[in-house]
Amino acid sequence: MSYPKDFLLNLYKTMVRIRNFEIMAEKLFLEGELPGFIHLYIGEEAIATGVIADLRKDDFITSTHRGHGHMIAKGANINRMMAELYGRTTGYCKGKGGSMHIADFSIGVLGANGVVGGGLPIAVGAGLGIKMKKTDQVVVAFFGDGASNTGAFHESLNFASIYKLPVIFVVENNKFASTATTKETTSIENISDRAVGYGIPGITIDGNDVITIYETAKEMIKRAREDGGPSLIEAKTYRIKGHFVGDPELYRDKKEVEEFWLNEPIRKFEKKLVEEKMLNETEKRKIWEDAQKEIEEAVTFAKESPVPNNEDALTDLFVNDSGYDY
Amino acid sequence: MREITFAEALGEAISEEMEKDPTIFTYGEDIAKQGGIFGAYKSLLGKFPERIFDTPISEEVIYGSALGAALVGMRPIVEFHFADFLFTGIQSITLQIEKIRYMTGGQGKLHLLLRGPDGISNSAAAQHSESIETIFMHTPGIKVIIPSTPYDIKGLIKTALKGDDPVICFEHKMLYKIKGLVPEEEYTIPLGVADIKKEGNDVTIVTMSHMVHESLKAAEELEKEDICAEVIDLRTLVPWDKNKVIESVKKTNHLVVAHETWKRAGWGAEITSVVQEEALDYLDAPIIRVGAKNVPMPFAPQLQDFVTPNYKDIIDAVKKVLR
Repeated sequence: MSYPKDFLLNLYKTMVRIRNFEIMAEKLFLEGELPGFIHLYIGEEAIATGVIADLRKDDFITSTHRGHGHMIAKGANINRMMAELYGRTTGYCKGKGGSMHIADFSIGVLGANGVVGGGLPIAVGAGLGIKMKKTDQVVVAFFGDGASNTGAFHESLNFASIYKLPVIFVVENNKFASTATTKETTSIENISDRAVGYGIPGITIDGNDVITIYETAKEMIKRAREDGGPSLIEAKTYRIKGHFVGDPELYRDKKEVEEFWLNEPIRKFEKKLVEEKMLNETEKRKIWEDAQKEIEEAVTFAKESPVPNNEDALTDLFVNDSGYDY
Repeated sequence: MREITFAEALGEAISEEMEKDPTIFTYGEDIAKQGGIFGAYKSLLGKFPERIFDTPISEEVIYGSALGAALVGMRPIVEFHFADFLFTGIQSITLQIEKIRYMTGGQGKLHLLLRGPDGISNSAAAQHSESIETIFMHTPGIKVIIPSTPYDIKGLIKTALKGDDPVICFEHKMLYKIKGLVPEEEYTIPLGVADIKKEGNDVTIVTMSHMVHESLKAAEELEKEDICAEVIDLRTLVPWDKNKVIESVKKTNHLVVAHETWKRAGWGAEITSVVQEEALDYLDAPIIRVGAKNVPMPFAPQLQDFVTPNYKDIIDAVKKVLR
């Protein structure tokens, strides 16, 4: 790993911040503090972190129902994220979206999405817009293995390919589509093979190795930025937690989870950093403590924020008028 | 004032706005080289070669990409080929375009226009004849314009292209070739303002699209029997001009709502309901709706005619409501 220490520790910090956000979200949900559904990114942190590390602030991403990690990696404000989970007015969506719809267009996050595959056409459109504007921005579409079986996936890859759009498709293959295994729902072993059908590069990589992810993404991002067109990266990982917090997980053996937990991305990266003397115990403790403190402060911020007024439900539909009273 | 066709008026609106605004571009199936299957883009052929292009038959990504392009600052115009096919990509509209601004707390401006042909034409049968505008009245989040004349389409499309909200425009196939007076100077028509196409005192007919012309024909026939109908063209369904309809009902005390889409749960039901909620005291008789029979459109010409509402049905409805 011939990278500066700062760079490597930043990757590590981002992963630790995502992990702590998710641990807190799970705890709060189980305590009955949060309404709605929560889908956790625990064990998949390396993908958002590694890919987004090479994006600029003016680049775009689309995210999924499991989107907290993408938001944090793209530079979202943790306070506003937590406030959104609480449904407060200070949240990213003023309490109208919740966990599954967090977005911050100002930092290029074109939205988490509650529809599997729903973000792909939007990412393609952002790529089309960039192409028309003739800028060198790029778009990353994050989605899961489940989405690779939707029509939206296949339409999007073909569309992006024929117009050579600057879109990097990143499939986070976490071995489950809700309660079904990828194996039983997907026709092939490596989803990246599907790229062949659309005439674009496809590559399968270890989704728990943040450096491999960073390096692969960097190459594909460069390609897209230089008008080389779209690509498909399949990052293989494992969904450590259930589909949602509270999932009874009747579809898998707990032992399997334990096995994969040994290979989880933060521990894996930590080991490398320690081996190469880039991280010592004191530094590690400080990074974890800082992250925990940041998340705790976000919870305080959220809890102290006002709940919306009923009238707030009747705003934000249209720009030019209210849109509800006719 | 010169006379031009509905398609030419549409083409002028798009072309004039594209000249002024470099962020506008338009794509869809069969438009760039062919000018649209019903000639909607004929007057645009050869213009703006980099900003008008044909796409694969991929409805979900065509509509969804309009949203993405709008979010990065462009103003896409998407042609949807046949209104029926909206169903094949509907999630991009009803779950994404209609919702993203609201569910992100008002982030972003979705200045995009979806437009294309709908309606019954010569034996196009069940999958190429539908009018499905009511769906977009029912699901909040997109504005709906349905012009009936060259003048109206030019003014309404211009408003859509200058605004910041998503708009869907339905253009009846039988209208593209009709001619009408259109001024050469710049004008726009605000959304939510109905147009009284014919004034009258005895009965109000609320209608849109091709049925405006059927209603005017019915009104002409009714004049022969000394029945003076007022024909109101809503022009836009979201928002719709409730005030003008209620004002008219207060004057005529009788209401018929006529549309080409299915009678059952068509938008006429909504208009009817609102009028009885807010102006029941002014009604001298129950409101009558005219719409297509509740079956998919059959192919055989005789069957199509039987299922399709026309001016005779409107005359019957008026007579019934005045009885």
